Amino acid sequence: MIATTLTDGLTALGPASRAAGAAGAGVAVRLQGLGRRFGAMAVVADLDLEIPPGQFLALLGPSGCGKTTLLRLIAGLDTPDRGSIRLEGDPEGRSRAYVFQDACLLPWRRVLDNVALPLELGGVPKAERREQARRLIQLVGLEAASERYPDELSGGMKMRVSLARALITRPRLLLLDEPFAALDDFTRQHLDDHLQGLFLAHGMTVVFVTHSMAEAVYLADRVVMLAPQGGGLVLDQRVDLPRPRDQDTRVSPGYAAHIHDLATALARWAPGGVVA
Amino acid sequence: MPLTPPRLATWLPPVLSFAILTLVMELGLWVLAVPDYLLPRPSQVFIALYVNSAELGRSILQTSIAASAGLLASALLGVLVALALSINDGIRRAFYPYAVFFQTVPIVAIAPLLVIWFGYGLRTIIAVSFIVSVFPIIANTLSGLLSTDPALRDLFRLHRAGTWTTLLKLRIPAAVPHFLTGLRIASGLAVIGAIVGEFVADDYSQGGGIGTLVLVSIKELKTDKVFAAVLMASLLGLVFFALVNLISRFTRRHWHIAETRE
Repeated sequence: MIATTLTDGLTALGPASRAAGAAGAGVAVRLQGLGRRFGAMAVVADLDLEIPPGQFLALLGPSGCGKTTLLRLIAGLDTPDRGSIRLEGDPEGRSRAYVFQDACLLPWRRVLDNVALPLELGGVPKAERREQARRLIQLVGLEAASERYPDELSGGMKMRVSLARALITRPRLLLLDEPFAALDDFTRQHLDDHLQGLFLAHGMTVVFVTHSMAEAVYLADRVVMLAPQGGGLVLDQRVDLPRPRDQDTRVSPGYAAHIHDLATALARWAPGGVVA
Repeated sequence: MPLTPPRLATWLPPVLSFAILTLVMELGLWVLAVPDYLLPRPSQVFIALYVNSAELGRSILQTSIAASAGLLASALLGVLVALALSINDGIRRAFYPYAVFFQTVPIVAIAPLLVIWFGYGLRTIIAVSFIVSVFPIIANTLSGLLSTDPALRDLFRLHRAGTWTTLLKLRIPAAVPHFLTGLRIASGLAVIGAIVGEFVADDYSQGGGIGTLVLVSIKELKTDKVFAAVLMASLLGLVFFALVNLISRFTRRHWHIAETRE
């Protein structure tokens, strides 16, 4: 239900995004021998990972395993000590968008101008960027709040503003760093559905960092697990549950099987049970 | 916080304590028969306030003009200095010590020097008020400019915002609450600075400020008048503080910026 309304909303954005709805609109990410150290500690070491265009990848792992570091490297917010990052179809990385752990809104700006910020920084004229921002705000269902300030919004609403802000540049690579971790379960599931709808409509490549196995399986095409301190990939599992996924998915045998597989793999690799 | 009139529970305790303390002091001084030139009774101070109200009013106006000008200069120059120091680490290391100088300089010692440079009168008094009040503005604004949320800085970097754009659209607005905290501290200091300035440099052209009034009354051994002047001086500092508080509260509400707590 949500997925279809979101599809309508995104196709309404114009021909560019209609084309983007097709497969292959996303950016392919190729990481080779990637390494990043902080002092003596190797947070990411000799990591190889290929993400095909339009894939929804969940990056799973305990705190401190370098998920955020890896995401920041892909985003270009940090530079690797070793190895290379290639974005195919977008070598300069202009169509990357990043959703932070916190909503990270500018408190002195209304929702409308927060969402329009990326276009503003890109030099889009005021009338045009506000027009676009209004559409995105509608897309995340916040029309009523567009004139409000962040301190007047709930945590879930702030996160939706943050999502709208990330999507306004029509990214072909969307990077999310535990975006809904601080929210209650109900809001979180709602936002997961939102995100899935946006993904299905837009067809961008998504890298989603989370520490929740359930969320990873629910959202992703593929789940990748990182070991702590540059231990590399310990698990790479495809999730072939049919889309759009909904409440029924959460109680389906396939869903349970996937989570079971993840938990087993994790237990084998870390008998102490690092991840809850 | 809403600007509703304060409730009984808010204003009653301080008013009550003031009344009781005044009464105790009045009776105590009367019973102990302390000479007036040493410590006048509150009633005598109130009488002095009334008798000299015209002179006091004029002095307060004088001093508040000087303190306002000093505070304004501090705000403008302090922000400019903070911006300059925020450019990079090297500049900050090289020049921040000079800013600290304003904090540590014994103002009473260099005030006569200012008289040599600026002569007797308002200019020197404003200069003293400025020197005493500028540091909190520099220090707070600078810390605000440097403590921008790293995630927001990343966001601006991700969208390829230049240094100038980031400064205007992120770092300066984010530093506003810090600046207001500095301004609040500076407001009280500006009044003190103006009074110290008057001690050294008043030319009596407009009848003198509150500092001058204190000085003259001491020489005339009119202790009650000294107390009246000191009382007014503290009141002036309080009014300055309250005004700046009001401005900052209005700004915060208008900008939707959370209160920074010192």
